[in-house]
Amino acid sequence: MNKTVNPKDLTSDDDYGPLYAARKKVYPQSVSGAFRRIKWGLMAVCLGVYYFLPFVRWNRGFGAPNQAVLIDLPNSRFYFFFIELWPQEVYYFTGLLIVAAVALFLMNSIGGRIWCGYLCPQTVWTDLFYAVERLIEGDRRERMKKDKSSDPMKLERISEIVLKHSIWLLIAWWTGGAWVLYFNDAPTLVKELVTFQAPMIAYIWIGILTATTYLLAGYMREQVCTYMCPWPRIQAALTDEWALNVTYRYDRGEKRTSVKKAAELRALGEQVGDCVDCYQCVAVCPTGIDIRNGPQMECIQCGLCIDACDNVMTKIGRPKRLIGYDNDINIQRRQEGKAPVYRIVRARTIVYSAIIVAIGGFMTYTLATRSLLDVNVLHDRNPIAVKLSDGSIRNAYTVRLLNKSGYDRVIAIDAHGPANATVHIIGVDSVTPDRPMIVIPRDSTSELRLLVTAPADDNPQKSIPVRFHVTDIGLGEVASATDNFVSP
Amino acid sequence: MTDHSEVDAVTGKSTTGHEWDGIKELNTPLPRWWVISFYLTIIWSIAYWIVYPAWPLIQSNTTGVFGYSSRADVAVELANLEKIRGDKMVALGAASLADIEKAPALLALARAKGKTVFGDNCVPCHGSGGAGAKGYPNLNDDEWLWGGTLDQIMQTIQYGVRSGHAKTHEGQMLAFGKDGVLKSDEIVTVANYVRSLAGLPTRNGFDAAKGEKIFAENCAACHGDGGKGNQELGAPNLTDKIWLYGSDEASLIETIGQGRAGVMPAWEGRLDPATIKAMAVYVHSLGGGK
Repeated sequence: MNKTVNPKDLTSDDDYGPLYAARKKVYPQSVSGAFRRIKWGLMAVCLGVYYFLPFVRWNRGFGAPNQAVLIDLPNSRFYFFFIELWPQEVYYFTGLLIVAAVALFLMNSIGGRIWCGYLCPQTVWTDLFYAVERLIEGDRRERMKKDKSSDPMKLERISEIVLKHSIWLLIAWWTGGAWVLYFNDAPTLVKELVTFQAPMIAYIWIGILTATTYLLAGYMREQVCTYMCPWPRIQAALTDEWALNVTYRYDRGEKRTSVKKAAELRALGEQVGDCVDCYQCVAVCPTGIDIRNGPQMECIQCGLCIDACDNVMTKIGRPKRLIGYDNDINIQRRQEGKAPVYRIVRARTIVYSAIIVAIGGFMTYTLATRSLLDVNVLHDRNPIAVKLSDGSIRNAYTVRLLNKSGYDRVIAIDAHGPANATVHIIGVDSVTPDRPMIVIPRDSTSELRLLVTAPADDNPQKSIPVRFHVTDIGLGEVASATDNFVSP
Repeated sequence: MTDHSEVDAVTGKSTTGHEWDGIKELNTPLPRWWVISFYLTIIWSIAYWIVYPAWPLIQSNTTGVFGYSSRADVAVELANLEKIRGDKMVALGAASLADIEKAPALLALARAKGKTVFGDNCVPCHGSGGAGAKGYPNLNDDEWLWGGTLDQIMQTIQYGVRSGHAKTHEGQMLAFGKDGVLKSDEIVTVANYVRSLAGLPTRNGFDAAKGEKIFAENCAACHGDGGKGNQELGAPNLTDKIWLYGSDEASLIETIGQGRAGVMPAWEGRLDPATIKAMAVYVHSLGGGK
């Protein structure tokens, strides 16, 4: 017989033992209560937004996509309601990511891992998959019994398993399907998908996301949070003694005794804890931990144990919130007989909020005031300057004009710097000698070859700064770029 | 073989019987799925050898059972490319030179095509931006020995200069010194006279009247009475600021004494007509075109 050592028998001095522990399957029990209701609500909102946002329409005029949120990769455009971003404006995403990261820090410093417990896609989809499982296979005890049962597979059991996985796959498939809708016109793509006309890449992505959703939410579950996600490690560095965390108030709960014994002891006037060791908080935990062991890395702080404990406390007629959102300081204060204090406004939260406001404000400002007409100029390198037969000097430039607006523009280009300079665009007959006009189609870029010619006698310096003004003839909008006019 | 059924006390697993420095190796076989995957890859590779061209033989190689070859793939891709480009190049070939410059799409195509072809064929002499060098004309400026209109540029590209082609541009600067037509002092005088035509400073005490006379007798036939040049003969304008071989006295003396006859190859036959057209448009759009 194999002699095995129970890890519990080892003292902390024993530094041997298995480094790998096989996963113990978690069977979270259903629970009802305030936090469960919040979670259902947020799940509905998150999934609702994710699944239906691509179908929201937004009128951008003729020829432009009328989908409110669209990542148009072939044309390198990103549409978000009234905002249209070009590839050269991806720094807005950088700003958005910074704001998102700091918002996560802020949430963490106020209420712990709110993100993990309520909003993280892994939590939301796992919660949904658990709900399906519970509906089909029953609650915790039934599922445990069914998994342990050594009876030969009965038709009823097989149909249950098939039904569960079918619904899981259906949800996973819909998740993948919704993802691709963000990259193409949703109604058109749905039609194409159904009639097998859609591009192969769409099916591939649906396949990938179906597989990951099914595996991560159906099988990996809490292991994603514990082993794959870096956030549990990071958040430990962000939390402080004021941050609210799901906490077992051991000062009130200990010593644990049964309901009956507690009543007897109380009758004798003795101090006993409120915890009756019913294990409800453990049973409902989706990561399978015992919150009474104190703050743990595995805890995603979803608050379901609070609901479970509150239900029990109500039944046995003890005050609620033996488990609740609390901070380290209050546990100590209560033990010292002082009133608890909650402080949301602290240096940390002020700084985080200020960063969010500053970056968000700056981004909003730049987004609101950004120009829809832009010009980039590149000086020809070879030859850098050309001497013409009459002795005047000509420089050539590659000019890229960006018309980000939804209408064609008639623009005029002129150059300021060299004296008596004339401007010519290749392929354009200039009406005026120094200010050629050209049409740039809406929502596009035009690359032009621009020649600036100036008499050498009027411009004796070797290099003169030259400023190009691009003027929208209709609206008067101006964009500028600076380069140099060089003599050979 | 010794008995390996020893069981590790801590993990409860059997050991392999190997022991080093008191450390015993647990018997932890590879996972079944891993081993199966490994065997599958071996089976896959054997199938791959059979299905696709793989084994080098002495003369050739195994060709596989499906007749696949990467060369055939390339041929298909090239055919596709031809198909994609075909219409556009046909349109380019059909359009007149003037029309190409008026149509933005054709102009863009001609410039893009012309630029790559220029890079492959013209850069060694004319430089990557067509800036030229001594003896090799700058294609960005407005001095054209054989004319700078679209048609003239295309003609020059097509037939070349002194290229041996039947329709090539002929004409050359005679070697007045080498051939004994002019004496050294006459060459110096006429060189200074030519500099005066271009408004350049001349040597002290040079005889302008004598220079004018020599020029009229020897040079004006090609370069014109005022030295304005003649594009029919490829004779450069001597009154402007652009000099293919340099405008200093020494260079002029060398030019007059030794003569000049640069060669540009004819591209007809080497490049197809649409490509030559694209190149003409590209060169014209460099900025020097008339």
